[in-house]
Amino acid sequence: MKKYNTPLIDDLEKGPWPSFVTEMKKAAKNNEMANDALGHLEKCYSTKVGYWKHGGIVGVLGYGGGVIGRYSELGEEFPGVAHFHTVRLNQPSGFFYTSKALKEICDIWDKYGSGLTNMHGSTGDVVLLGCRTESLEAVFAEYSSRGWDLGSSGSALRTPSCCVGPARCEWANYDTLGLNYALTQEFQDEMHRPSFSYKFKFKLSGCACDCVASLARSDMSIIGTWKGNIVIDQAEVKNYAKNGMDINAEIVNMCPTQCISYDGKEMKIDNAECNRCMHCIAKMTKALKPSGEKGATICIGSKAPIVVGSLLSWVIVPFIKLEPPYTELKDLIRKIWDWWDENAKPRERIGEVIEMKGMRSFLEYIGVPPMPQQIKEPRKDPFMFYTEDDIASFKTKEAEEKKTGKYKF
Amino acid sequence: MALPQRKTDIGPPNFEQFLPPVIKKNYGKWKYHEVLTPGTMVHVAESGDKLWTVRVASPRLIATDTIREHCDIAEKYCDGHLRYTTRNNVEFLVSDESKLEPLKKDLTARGFKMGGIGYGISNIVHTQGWVHCHSAATDASGLVKSMMDELYEYFESKRLPNKLRLAVACCVNMCGAVHCSDIAIVAVHTKIPTIAHANFKNMCELPTVIGSCPTRAISPDTAQKSVKINPEKCMFCGNCFTVCPPMSIKDPERDGIAIVVGGKVSTLRTNPKFSKLVIPYISNEPPRWPKVVAAVKHIVEVYAANARKHERVGEWIERVGWERFFSLTGIDFTFHSIDDFTFMRDTLRTSPAFKW
Ligand code: HEM
Ligand code: HEM
Ligand code: HEM
Ligand code: HEM
Ligand code: SF4
Ligand code: SF4
Ligand code: SF4
Ligand code: SF4
Repeated sequence: MKKYNTPLIDDLEKGPWPSFVTEMKKAAKNNEMANDALGHLEKCYSTKVGYWKHGGIVGVLGYGGGVIGRYSELGEEFPGVAHFHTVRLNQPSGFFYTSKALKEICDIWDKYGSGLTNMHGSTGDVVLLGCRTESLEAVFAEYSSRGWDLGSSGSALRTPSCCVGPARCEWANYDTLGLNYALTQEFQDEMHRPSFSYKFKFKLSGCACDCVASLARSDMSIIGTWKGNIVIDQAEVKNYAKNGMDINAEIVNMCPTQCISYDGKEMKIDNAECNRCMHCIAKMTKALKPSGEKGATICIGSKAPIVVGSLLSWVIVPFIKLEPPYTELKDLIRKIWDWWDENAKPRERIGEVIEMKGMRSFLEYIGVPPMPQQIKEPRKDPFMFYTEDDIASFKTKEAEEKKTGKYKF
Repeated sequence: MALPQRKTDIGPPNFEQFLPPVIKKNYGKWKYHEVLTPGTMVHVAESGDKLWTVRVASPRLIATDTIREHCDIAEKYCDGHLRYTTRNNVEFLVSDESKLEPLKKDLTARGFKMGGIGYGISNIVHTQGWVHCHSAATDASGLVKSMMDELYEYFESKRLPNKLRLAVACCVNMCGAVHCSDIAIVAVHTKIPTIAHANFKNMCELPTVIGSCPTRAISPDTAQKSVKINPEKCMFCGNCFTVCPPMSIKDPERDGIAIVVGGKVSTLRTNPKFSKLVIPYISNEPPRWPKVVAAVKHIVEVYAANARKHERVGEWIERVGWERFFSLTGIDFTFHSIDDFTFMRDTLRTSPAFKW
């Protein structure tokens, strides 16, 4: 094996934080591809440019995604990275593993690939970095015969991912792991055979803490919430005060809706005015607990700035119950995809299409009524459309009023 | 050797088979949790059962042998159970309290770093950079390593007014939730692409290339069977390069780094926010990016000294005002921080009430 001199990246082995260079060297000890990746990276550090080339038709038979094609411009100098495709392996919900399962993943990867991984990629998949085109079918056969499937890439439903939820969190308002698994299984075809105008992502968080950042980076953000009261354990409130929490400063005054009061003994919440932001609950988890109906808020459209500015997801369905077999949600998703498919130009994310065509057209198609929970504030301009039906319905309402003698605004 | 029979569309394994027994038993019935140290927490179920979690740093890019070591540790102390987090840390799940201290001792002996829980700095979400992506203006892993070395005390022990979420994107595509982080690094190109006209017609599709440009800077160059770029309109997004490799946008001396601050995704107290541009350009200086690291550390320290308890970076800045953020940090305010793209209307000030 060729020995590379790597003074620049060697510097990144110093210091307290675990080093990715040390990891690459570990893999390079008995893997030619990882060894060349090391030399290749040193070259990037010395010239300050990258040498990867995009794309190429790579993948496994019958699938249109799950593998990211990658070649180096410097394939002759570093043959081990001439092909360096990424295999995206669909992670289990919540990233839970047993050592037995993980070791099996590692053994297969060492046999065919570079021995380098990302645990995990930002989408959620196990990212197996660096594999030759001709190994892909073998890699796929080895993994799929043992129960592991590829994730997704390209203009498809991307691998869904979720927060740890009910498995280890007291705040989960629905079964994020269960729903994540159900959606992944339901939409295998949409994941593996790209047929959308662009990517579409689901991310599932059990509460508004949003540990998977779904509101910022998923076309459909499914965020847990509840409809009942926050139940207060006054004895535990006393304990928090005793242990040094300044309840008025840290909780009462920081409540965005100013719906909490505390007189030094007892804490009260005006539940009708709470907007369920999670602040008080997250700070006083032993004392405060949501109760009543549990479910989720569905938001749509977030994306990074490319091309005309970032979007955060917009609320479309303020509350939906989420219980197996999740029929209502699955039907909603299919309707959303239909509308997107009909209206999108190539490479338009759903948020961008909604911006172009208007929220009204979208909501009408998917059958969701307008609600003040969907907006921060009403429109500021008078430039709106009135359809014949709109005017007719205003007129009907007024005719009704004339009969009853009572205005209904 | 014959390969096993492939299967398609089976999806991932059902997560249930990987859950530790204590989680299966108490699934959805957790009562509360307590952070014991920045590296350990305990979750208590309604049944009284307890689950200890020990969180360990990871560079995300890891070798299979390191995963095997995670497995060996999990077998010794956690009956083989472990998980990874959204921010790429490793978590060992302990259901037998007597194994907690021996686990921590063993982790320390092996050189693993525990931390990242609660009001401090956890692992940095990042993208591929020079390790794997064609679009990268810098390396993500190296920046992360350089920053975390310098901020390490906030991972392991030192506390802040609230969590501080960091992210790195190696180009303006910003894979990952970089645009809603307390502090994020975005690598930028700063020059219009050079076009290898001879290769254009073989490698690129004209309508795709023209359509890829958000500012409509690209028009056909019929004489050369290629395209030309209007330099007045190009803002160096690199979108054209992604669809057309001969339009090279990489430039070792001009590619650089911008810093955005004040984003968040949770709704706690205040609504989710985008991060906003405060430092438009720092030169790309591998392998340690000293000026970037110093700038980030400086912002962290000014936040730590000025924010109230529970305030995230963006909440603190909104309370004191952006003009105060610039005066407290001493960061030069430049034209780059005034939006002249899609968010101008929403971001200019419309009142004469402000501070000096
Ligand atoms: C069949 C050949 C190709 C394959 C398998 C392929 C695969 C991929 C993959 C896996 C990504 C990674 C980013 C992601 O996760 O989406 C990507 C991104 C991208 N590719 Fe390709 N690609 C191919 C051909 C092309 C061609 C010919 C173009 C342009 C003419 C192109 C343009 C892009 C663009 C613009 C992105 C940006 C990311 C995105 O849209 O999601 N690709 N491609
Ligand atoms: C032992 C077998 C092979 C060797 C040694 C090999 C080697 C290479 C090398 C050195 C490159 C150029 C990388 C660069 O500098 O850009 C390349 C590119 C490529 N190879 Fe292979 N290859 C092999 C098999 C295959 C097979 C079986 C396929 C397809 C089924 C394939 C598809 C490609 C493609 C699509 C490219 C990329 C062309 C481009 O990016 O423009 N190769 N290969
Ligand atoms: C036009 C814009 C974009 C382009 C051209 C693009 C291109 C790519 C490419 C080429 C990769 C593969 C990196 C590698 O492994 O070599 C990638 C990975 C990825 N992209 Fe994008 N991307 C774009 C936008 C986005 C956006 C907006 C998001 C999320 C909001 C995103 C999320 C991801 C994720 C999660 C990965 C996985 C890689 C990782 O974990 O580091 N991408 N993208
Ligand atoms: C739909 C858009 C609007 C229409 C059709 C409209 C129309 C009018 C009309 C007809 C007048 C009376 C002029 C007169 O004295 O004969 C007026 C006065 C005025 N408008 Fe508007 N206006 C509009 C929007 C606005 C907005 C957005 C503002 C401010 C933000 C504004 C500020 C004023 C002011 C300050 C006056 C003077 C009122 C006064 O003398 O007390 N208008 N507008
Ligand atoms: S998003 Fe909410 S339910 Fe999910 S892990 Fe985070 S705090 Fe728990
Ligand atoms: S959840 Fe938020 S809005 Fe509701 S009472 Fe608590 S702090 Fe106030
Ligand atoms: S941010 Fe840019 S350079 Fe980095 S992985 Fe994404 S597309 Fe590639
Ligand atoms: S870099 Fe961006 S703005 Fe400039 S020409 Fe290319 S696509 Fe257009």
